[in-house]
Amino acid sequence: MILTLAIKSLRNRRLTAGLTVLSIALAVMLLLGVERIREEARDSFTSTLSGTDLIVGARSSPVHLLLSSVFRIGNATNNLTWDTYQVLAQRPEIAWTIPISLGDSHRGFRVLGTTQDYLDHYRFARDRRLELAEGRPFAGSHDAVLGAEVSSSLGYRLGQTIVIAHGAGDVSFSLHKDQPFRVVGILARTGTPVDRTVHVTLEGIDAVHAGGGELANDPLAAAMRAAEATSMHEHDRPVGHDHGLTSGSERTLTAFLVGLKSRGAALSVQRVINEYPEEPLTAILPGVTLQEVWEIVGAAEKTLFVVSAMVVAIGLAGMLVALLTSLNERRREMAILRSVGARPTHIFTLILGEAAFLTLVGIAVGVVGLYLGLVIGHPWLESRLGLFVAIDWPSAHELSLMALVAGAGALIGLVPAYRIYRYSLADGMTIRI
Amino acid sequence: MHNSLSAATSGSALPRTDAIVELSDVRFSWAGNGQPTVEIDAFQVQAAERVFVQGPSGSGKSTLLSLLSGVITPQRGSIRVLMQDMRALDSAERDRFRADHIGIIFQMFNLIPYLSVVENVTLPCGFSARRRARALRNAVSVEAEAVRLLNDLDMGEPGLLRRPVTELSVGQQQRVAAARALIGAPALIIADEPTSSLDADRRVAFLELLFRECAREQTALIFVSHDASLENRFDRAIEFAAINRALGGPPVLRAA
Repeated sequence: MILTLAIKSLRNRRLTAGLTVLSIALAVMLLLGVERIREEARDSFTSTLSGTDLIVGARSSPVHLLLSSVFRIGNATNNLTWDTYQVLAQRPEIAWTIPISLGDSHRGFRVLGTTQDYLDHYRFARDRRLELAEGRPFAGSHDAVLGAEVSSSLGYRLGQTIVIAHGAGDVSFSLHKDQPFRVVGILARTGTPVDRTVHVTLEGIDAVHAGGGELANDPLAAAMRAAEATSMHEHDRPVGHDHGLTSGSERTLTAFLVGLKSRGAALSVQRVINEYPEEPLTAILPGVTLQEVWEIVGAAEKTLFVVSAMVVAIGLAGMLVALLTSLNERRREMAILRSVGARPTHIFTLILGEAAFLTLVGIAVGVVGLYLGLVIGHPWLESRLGLFVAIDWPSAHELSLMALVAGAGALIGLVPAYRIYRYSLADGMTIRI
Repeated sequence: MHNSLSAATSGSALPRTDAIVELSDVRFSWAGNGQPTVEIDAFQVQAAERVFVQGPSGSGKSTLLSLLSGVITPQRGSIRVLMQDMRALDSAERDRFRADHIGIIFQMFNLIPYLSVVENVTLPCGFSARRRARALRNAVSVEAEAVRLLNDLDMGEPGLLRRPVTELSVGQQQRVAAARALIGAPALIIADEPTSSLDADRRVAFLELLFRECAREQTALIFVSHDASLENRFDRAIEFAAINRALGGPPVLRAA
């Protein structure tokens, strides 16, 4: 009886009820959406690199080393020598290594010199390996394998030749034009910085920098050299990119990734590398440092959460206002109900139930809206932000957030419900307005 | 001691027939109000009796109706409705008792705006199984009984039944309210100035319809109004000041 009344009463006030539901729905959508993107961002961030036990570079801060070697952000302050790499890679605890040489770019995308080991051992997102979407791995010194985003945003196909530039800027005028690379493979999308990387062999990097040779600070000389189709090499930027001479033994690396035979050895190998006498080195545990970096960027996402929680509070406050303003005109209604035998507790339940109902419908609409938004926005999120937001059932965390909103809605409903309960006790059937 | 004695005396002094309503030594004051609003030594209403209670606004008539319907209870004295002592019931039991046995018509704002005419009439059957059962004695469904009552009250046109209650005239609304009070044949109907917003012709017509329906089920009617022109249509008329000592009148019943 009370339920029927509540539903009919709400239908009578469908505009305000609808707006209340809408505001709660939007708030819930925002809250859950932010939560989901937040979690995805954290997940995709911490799963940028997987399966690597140590990252080794020249002596620097761990965060710096991680950002430059994994995220291709900034530049390593120093490189490590090929000899050191050779020595350390032979250690018995080590299963595999991936050498990384950064410093060049192609139209804003980083160029990474490495070996076949990269394609074999690099893992991301809980042990997923790199897959070629098209073509084959690099073999020759002038073969390039593109990340998915490089190929999609620049529209590159297999067989195309590209020229790499010195330095990491978006627009660089010092091109290694004499050493064009040919696209032989395109990687499948990973949602990690790999997508935005041009991969070549270490030999390719060597060849590029062997060709240039001397510095080219004189513009006239540079122009002349360009006319001769040699590279312009602007080696005055301190970018840790010191590969002027590149016979095998004098080649340098930005960093190398290490996979151990046994994870338990990570700490001891880390110590050995950090104390390596021949050259100052830093070895980091990527998981620990990833977490550290996330703590830094995580402050912003916490703010986002607080803001969306406030939006939910505003939505619920809107419901409170709508319910409270409806109370006075509904006192008559309550007196009539009292006269036909409704108890004050019925009246209380009626209002409380209405608040709970509005909140629940708001949450349901919000969740439906969120999923619709995810289905529609999914490709955009993935292609633009590299966020692979899974369209899954709500997580336990999300369910508890929803329960929290529902509880808050019911709690807020107590306010008008208690007021009208007091009214209906005091008014009885006489309406003194 | 004195109280119980006076209650017993006044009870035995009056003829103890099948009184539907019996008040003795009732005293009620609103919280925070030192002076009692209602102070009645003795007042009875018999089955099927139609009683007119007249008095100016603010004389405590509405408080009396709240006492009779068990919405409030007196600080002193006893109120018996259908032999049931209202003070012996807790508030939930009084609510149920009211749903079962008392129909109420207000002065205005009688109808719930978002319910249809028929839904408004059948409302008491939703709160009282007894009234539902009694309504079903006369008809196949409570809705059919509602339509029958509305028919009897000249409200049976299908066009009227389908109209939103907010679009009905005041007179039509009062007839719907009357049908709601009558459905399921409660023993007592309490009407609080139900005709005050109607013009003179319609007042009489409304009253006639109400009387006819009350007579059918032997329903007692307590009709409160400040309009003295109606009083001679009733079995008995009471000047409220005459029974309510709180107004300074003598503790005497005046029968008409």
